[in-house]
Amino acid sequence: MNGTHKRVLDLLNEDCRIPLEKMAVMLGMEMAEVASAIDELEKEGVILCYRPVVNWDKAERNVVEAMIEVKVMPQREFGFDAIAKRINSFEEVRSLYLMSGTYDLLIQVSAPTLKELAYFVSERLSPLETVTGTSTSFVLKRYKQDGIVIDVPEEDKRLSVSP
Amino acid sequence: MSAHFINPAISAVPPSAIRRFFDIAGTMKDAISLGVGEPDFVTPFPVRNTAIDSLLDGETQYTANSGLLPLRNEIAYYLNNRFDVAYDPNSEVLVTVGASEAIDLALRVLLRPGDEVLIPEPCYISYRACALFAGGVPVDVPTRAENDFQLQAQDLEACITDKSRVLVLSYPSNPTGAVLPLERLKAIAEVAIKHDLFVVCDEIYAELCYDGFFQHSIASLPGMRERTMVVSGFSKAFAMTGFRLGYLCAPGEVVKACSRIHQYTIMCASRQSQVAAYNALKQGRETEYRDVNKMRDSYDRRRRLMVSAFNEMGLDCFEPKGAFYTFPSIRSTGLSSEQFCERLLQEHHVVCVPGNAFGPSGEGHIRCCYATATDKLLEAFDRISAFLSSL
Repeated sequence: MNGTHKRVLDLLNEDCRIPLEKMAVMLGMEMAEVASAIDELEKEGVILCYRPVVNWDKAERNVVEAMIEVKVMPQREFGFDAIAKRINSFEEVRSLYLMSGTYDLLIQVSAPTLKELAYFVSERLSPLETVTGTSTSFVLKRYKQDGIVIDVPEEDKRLSVSP
Repeated sequence: MSAHFINPAISAVPPSAIRRFFDIAGTMKDAISLGVGEPDFVTPFPVRNTAIDSLLDGETQYTANSGLLPLRNEIAYYLNNRFDVAYDPNSEVLVTVGASEAIDLALRVLLRPGDEVLIPEPCYISYRACALFAGGVPVDVPTRAENDFQLQAQDLEACITDKSRVLVLSYPSNPTGAVLPLERLKAIAEVAIKHDLFVVCDEIYAELCYDGFFQHSIASLPGMRERTMVVSGFSKAFAMTGFRLGYLCAPGEVVKACSRIHQYTIMCASRQSQVAAYNALKQGRETEYRDVNKMRDSYDRRRRLMVSAFNEMGLDCFEPKGAFYTFPSIRSTGLSSEQFCERLLQEHHVVCVPGNAFGPSGEGHIRCCYATATDKLLEAFDRISAFLSSL
């Protein structure tokens, strides 16, 4: 990561659909320079993928989401990484974090129905022998996601013309 | 019916020419405005929060006329640290209701009836009006696109008469985005000293310079401090327009005279605004102005985008190194600035401000603010392109 990488990343993080030539103008760089910076960021695994931030309620797709706090027994030599790898492999798992505090792992899961989500907890997660306890909380409403406020249109409070 | 009660000297000052565009734009739901003159960031949260805390703590009283001392201390430190001008917070700093009040005070204090005020234009719309309200005579000093709208010493000198008393200097410039490099500034300082002019230096955009340019304060040049008032505020760099907080710094006698008016007409600026501004400066100092830098970087990206877009469209646009405006020429269209802006607004719903609203030298140009979301800017460029092809 150098200064150029950082500037390119900042701009992509704001809007990753700005055409390359416009990005070059905005950053005061050559197009080839921007392209190779992006290429390097992808190759180095800094940029993992490009995805829209979706308001699923409006997309009319029924998804049940939950946050699961998990207590686990870390394994000798592997710590939490081995169990994390195992949990990662479940397709229901959207995000997985190692946490400080009263529990160890936080899992964000989503499934098409409540039944399927319950199945995930009872039949896939809990039986893992290192898992010593779980606490599942369902998401009732999302107000903000990845820095984007949901359902409240951005309102420009400025006068349209001012000196 | 009651018109005859009004002082003719006030009626004679025309209302701001940009008002009309505001009225038309208000009727359009899908209008994109490049006509704003303020940041598109809200005041950083910690700064807003200190204003709330101050209210909750019951700080609802007047402050000292000249402003809270801790704020004046921070202002003095800030100016010394960032712009190399030293003022005594006890006697040389006055906290005002926006930089606008400071400009009004300056001209009222400095002008005697009939004194001439040299105003390089195109410029911010208040200088001329405030000069008139103060009983002075505004004198336009033209600046030109071929000089990147930088004031030339010879143009200034050509306008000087034995009545010239004050020069209003404002770089980075609203509406052009021009800056004034050190060599040019030194030449202007020489003229000011030679003709015994007092300089009112509006530095409200001083933080917003790009490409590594640094706008020196004329007050920092030898022999200038005694004849300069530095006017600035928190609206632009700290995104605090609605707080209405500014300040002026000048030699003690001048500040004392300004305080005389201020104590009778304003008493003091809002305490909550002062508390918020104090924290904006304090946090700026402690975080190396992280928020200011972040906003500047964001403006810079959009500045480049807008300059490039106008030049691609065939509207000649010099590269502004300051503020958050571009000032492209629309001469190639054969329309006047007002015709251009009015038709662009009516036909394609994009608001720009005609350059002549800022002085006669602004004719043939439009002011476009790039402090607006990138996707809106891109949409505005498409609409302006479509407008140009329809001509």
